[in-house]
Amino acid sequence: MWGQPRRGPWTSLLFAALLATSGQAGAADSKAFVEGECAQCHTLEKPAEFTVERMLNREAPDLYYAGNKFRREWLVEWLQEPKRIRPAGTYFGQNVVMGDERDIVPDDKLEPHPAYSAEEAEKAAEYLMTLRPYDDLIAEASYQEKPVSGMMGKMNFGKFKGCDACHQPTPGTGGLSGPEVHTAFARATPEFLFSFIKNPQAWEPRTFMPNPGLNDGEVNKLVNYLRFLSEE
Amino acid sequence: MRRANLMIGAVTAAGILAASPAGAEEPSGKQLYDLFCTQCHGVNGDGWGLNTGDIRVLPRDHTEKAEMAARTDDHLFKAIKHGGTAVNKSNLMPAWDANMTDAEIRRVVAYLRELCDCSAD
Repeated sequence: MWGQPRRGPWTSLLFAALLATSGQAGAADSKAFVEGECAQCHTLEKPAEFTVERMLNREAPDLYYAGNKFRREWLVEWLQEPKRIRPAGTYFGQNVVMGDERDIVPDDKLEPHPAYSAEEAEKAAEYLMTLRPYDDLIAEASYQEKPVSGMMGKMNFGKFKGCDACHQPTPGTGGLSGPEVHTAFARATPEFLFSFIKNPQAWEPRTFMPNPGLNDGEVNKLVNYLRFLSEE
Repeated sequence: MRRANLMIGAVTAAGILAASPAGAEEPSGKQLYDLFCTQCHGVNGDGWGLNTGDIRVLPRDHTEKAEMAARTDDHLFKAIKHGGTAVNKSNLMPAWDANMTDAEIRRVVAYLRELCDCSAD
């Protein structure tokens, strides 16, 4: 194959062993990097208990199922140039104060996420993408790519389903307590989006996202609308 | 200007005290309210939560005594468990039955009674 020079069996074995060792070293290095850089704020292991208290005190989104959620290429890009996804932080309650008209998040309340070099971002993504405790949920997700009308999608996301009460479908519109969704399809796989929208509690029993109680067709419409938003 | 309600401060302090070490097992009504309700109903329950800047229907003010007294505990339970449409209100109030057990929803209802300092008429 590809005009490789012929090697004897021992050479091949040695070559394979060297490759395996360097792969293991790379994986260990990648794991150590993530544990050193991310574990202070992010949960990297599945919690023993899912409690309200954990949600109230959580400093950053969980990463223990990162490999079931993210698109690797997005992770690598985002880690080099992080942009805020949750306008009010991971749990808004830690940051919200009463303003004159309504509750607000003071500008100086939220810390920026550290930025990493391309090499570091690749290293982090390598390990994060191995964290896949919910392969079964992803396997159950029956996403089907279908065309969507922007106008109908907007009406469905807003007026009919009320998602925009908490999520921003476009920058500057919608609610602030949940993650913005105009980049959702770029950062997460359609199977994750399908599964999470269909049953958020399967991923995090104490998430403050309600279960919208939708059938597969309705979930598909929302995921396809998220695709539409990411292509805008 | 919104009211800086001293009574609410007292209620909040009582809520925190109620969250005993066993709180991890049994979250208090206030903890549940903080996590699930304040995003729209506001940190002091007056209906001016973080999400109200661009919302079509304003959330209910839980500190409004007369309005809250006009609703029974069962009505409040139903609105929380099954959402606004179950009590002929906005669909922007979602059903929280997947997030909380019935017993937890009852604790949220009890906390609402603290917020409004009222009971059902």
